[in-house]
Amino acid sequence: MTLEFLQAAAESNHWWALTPELIVAFTALVLLVLEIFLPKKEHRFIPLFAVMALVGALAGVILNFRSPEAWSLTPLFGGLMKMSAQGQIARIFFLSASLLVTFLASVCLPRTRMPRVEFYHIVLVITAATMLLAQSNHFVMFFVALETLTIGLYILVSYFRDNPLTLEAGLKYLVLGSLSSGIMLFGIVLLYGAVGRVVDSSGVVHTGFEFPVLASFLQAHPDNFLAIIGALLVLSGVAFKIGAFPFQVWVPDVYQGAPTPVTAFLAVSSKAAGFAVLLTLVNSVFFPLKGLLVPVLSAMAAATILYGNLSALKQRDAKRLMGLSGVSHAGFLLIGVTASLTVPWAATAVWFYLFTYMLASMAVFGVMAHLAGENDAVQDLDSYDQLAKGKPFLAAVLVIGIGSLAGIPPLAGFMGKLLIFLAAFQAHLYGLLAFAVIGVVISIYYYFGWIKVAYFATWKDGKSDEQPATTGTAPNFLGVAVLTTLALATVVLGFFQTPLTSWLMK
Amino acid sequence: MPDNAQLLQLAIATPLLAALVIGLGLPKRFSIKLAAVAFIVPALIALWLWSQFQPGAENGYAFTSDHATGLTQFGISLKLGLNGVALPMFVLAGIVGLAAGLYALQANAERLKIYLMLLLIMQGGLLGTFASIDIFFFYFFHELALIPTFIMVGIWGGRDRNYAAMKMTIYLTVGAMLSLVGLIAIYAQSPGHSFDLISLRHELASQPITATAQRYIFGLLMFGFGTLVSIWPLHTWAPLGYGAAPSSAAMLHAGVLKKFGLYGLIQIALPLLPIGAGWWAYKLALLAALGNILVIGFVTIAQRDLKQMIGYSSVMHMGYCFLGIATISTVGSGGVVLLMVAHGLSVALLFLLATSVHHRTHTFDMAEMGGLAQKTPVLAAFFVAAMMASIGLPGFANFWGELAVFVSLWGYSKWITAVAISGVVISAVYGLRAVARVFFGPPSEHFQKVAAEHPPVDMPWSERLPAIILIATLLFIGFWPRSLSGPINAALTAKPAIATAPVSFQR
Repeated sequence: MTLEFLQAAAESNHWWALTPELIVAFTALVLLVLEIFLPKKEHRFIPLFAVMALVGALAGVILNFRSPEAWSLTPLFGGLMKMSAQGQIARIFFLSASLLVTFLASVCLPRTRMPRVEFYHIVLVITAATMLLAQSNHFVMFFVALETLTIGLYILVSYFRDNPLTLEAGLKYLVLGSLSSGIMLFGIVLLYGAVGRVVDSSGVVHTGFEFPVLASFLQAHPDNFLAIIGALLVLSGVAFKIGAFPFQVWVPDVYQGAPTPVTAFLAVSSKAAGFAVLLTLVNSVFFPLKGLLVPVLSAMAAATILYGNLSALKQRDAKRLMGLSGVSHAGFLLIGVTASLTVPWAATAVWFYLFTYMLASMAVFGVMAHLAGENDAVQDLDSYDQLAKGKPFLAAVLVIGIGSLAGIPPLAGFMGKLLIFLAAFQAHLYGLLAFAVIGVVISIYYYFGWIKVAYFATWKDGKSDEQPATTGTAPNFLGVAVLTTLALATVVLGFFQTPLTSWLMK
Repeated sequence: MPDNAQLLQLAIATPLLAALVIGLGLPKRFSIKLAAVAFIVPALIALWLWSQFQPGAENGYAFTSDHATGLTQFGISLKLGLNGVALPMFVLAGIVGLAAGLYALQANAERLKIYLMLLLIMQGGLLGTFASIDIFFFYFFHELALIPTFIMVGIWGGRDRNYAAMKMTIYLTVGAMLSLVGLIAIYAQSPGHSFDLISLRHELASQPITATAQRYIFGLLMFGFGTLVSIWPLHTWAPLGYGAAPSSAAMLHAGVLKKFGLYGLIQIALPLLPIGAGWWAYKLALLAALGNILVIGFVTIAQRDLKQMIGYSSVMHMGYCFLGIATISTVGSGGVVLLMVAHGLSVALLFLLATSVHHRTHTFDMAEMGGLAQKTPVLAAFFVAAMMASIGLPGFANFWGELAVFVSLWGYSKWITAVAISGVVISAVYGLRAVARVFFGPPSEHFQKVAAEHPPVDMPWSERLPAIILIATLLFIGFWPRSLSGPINAALTAKPAIATAPVSFQR
């Protein structure tokens, strides 16, 4: 360790580059301080600070989106992180997803007697962690960010702690989550051990924790047994995050038991974090193992699509249905990831899909949050009966959201699927395409069944006198505004993709 | 004064914008007026464009325009225009849409606003489908028109509507997904990675896709498009769905939307995949002749439900269209285009009249009707004329289409021609029997009771008008087929021409 090296490392500590993460994390702490010092009756304003922090950070990222520094691929903090276009896109994604989660929380939390400030605090912490995770360039950074995210989610999943189903979900998530973290850590250690000590030309010692070092090691030794096992174990850990087969067993129970905003958080942010990581790992670090990765990821994608869709077929609970259909969406996204090994632009398709998925599923979760009754963990599809009659606005948003998830043109979800299909074709993944088509057709059955419950049964013989169910909260002005925006964005992106593609493609 | 290309865009945009305005909460009275305008404008534009049509320089396409929607880097852009094959279909969509719209306006359905909104979306999608040069948008607009059908069957449908809606959705989604994969396969195989049909034709004329790939892709398209057109044995959704669908939706779907698959085969699959077409042609002809024409023909004779019978008859007539395509010839394809237009008009008319009959007899069961002609002579006259058109009587457009198909078929296979012509006899049997059982003979007990309670009145002008529009178009084309066959011929012989498959592939 020479003095020059230390100086160079210190110079790479560009704190300004982390402004969005710092704003969010700092506000998370401020929220706790405010809770202590503000009088009790002012506590309802505390969530506003969380929203302001997220909006501020989002605005900052959008304004600086094209700044040359942000795209420069410069390693920061001695190689812990790297700035990249994907990092910028991920920041926008996670900040907007968290904004929507705070909106859902503002609908759901008042129904219970649980403390509120901590919820927003943890959401902010997780947001900062996901943003850091997407930009990490070093396994230490990677693991710390991932664990911050996961531990935050352990707490959030069991947040409604007086509900037995929620507690069960929390326990399941904790046990299986720790197991997957353990597996991943073991993989990281194996990779570290396989690489060993690398001394570069200027005499500086590097380790296998650093992504570029690991990549060049794998380039030189693509058939190193230890490294291959390590890579597969790391991918297994990521597969747990995205709910890919065979690491999807936790999904239905946890999605059902978790409070609705947290379910949305798991479905959108946690899954997207997994894919952001997966794209980085697969396309830069593990790229030399391409010959192994393509079959492994393909098999995983095919099994995930089949499992998700088949098990969703007979679900009668809205949250379980969203969870299992989310598994099948992970399968579609995995096709995109697999294709990105051959056609680089497929990574863009994955992000496009993620954005459309966020819009659509947040719209559906928004409707679910408004309709949920006393027990948040039980949302039977039967409670959607006559929705179109009683709450036509929510029913319309629901249909647009579900239609987009089902990939029905002209909604945005169809465009996402189309881009994935195009990428798969160019990567010659014909077998996977067949699975994707089968998956789409199966998914039509259960998504359409949901729409059928909400709409068609309504005019059963035209004469039923039953009153529509009255549980849940009527959307207030903010709710109407947010849900309308989500639905409109889903429709508009189906016809006119420029707003999104001009961001995602340079 | 906007030019014709802008008029084309206007025709597609009007129904969609009207649907949007109605959806945003326009009061009911204005909604009805706006919907009427939005159905009339595209029909008038379609007729105007028909009169103005001159094959253009770009592969026979006229009225072209091009808009980027943000996917240009994937070779997708909203490219619109009409060639001689697309023009007749566009006119068909305009006219049947107008008739279906007018019929819906007078029907006064429950929740009329949503009904009109969905019908307008369907109409916009249909016009867009046939005006798209970009084959991605061709598919996209088709789906836009398809989704409202499911919802309309599910909400306003008749008997078994939930089952029918689900079955239609699943069958048609399978068909649509297969054709989407086929279209993307063409895209992926083309050297320039483009969805633009004009450049695809030029590229693939000089660098054809390999024979094996053509075979797979044509198979995908044939079964994908085929399911959408109700090829035997993937036809079971059609009679069920049409039986349950509300009349305007059935008119638009059976009349226009269903032709999407045939149009796709003629406009996209045949010119781009000639070798694949040659490999599949004989199999397609066998399915069509034995399945669609013979089997379904006899099934049609056995029907008692008037609407289901019309549904089955439309499945049967699709057999002629498949046969025309299987000959891989200019005469055959041209005949199919004529037949598509004629069948679209006549089947829409039949669905319309069947609903009018139902209003007066309160049943679709033909065994419980009879003697309606005495009470409603005008309705009877329309119905007889529509049935004659459907059978293929000279003077109606259907005759020319069937004749051209038979002529081309004679050179292809004599025994299949014999089967196909026997199909005309079958149509005559069920058509005339239906006319006899509904309108003539002694009235059944059921009908006597209904007629005593609600004395049937003849068609008022609000019902006659859509019927007259359809029948006038049928007669116009029947007496002056050149008005369509001219542009069709120009399009089918345009350079680069449809390659004819080597003879050795044909049997």
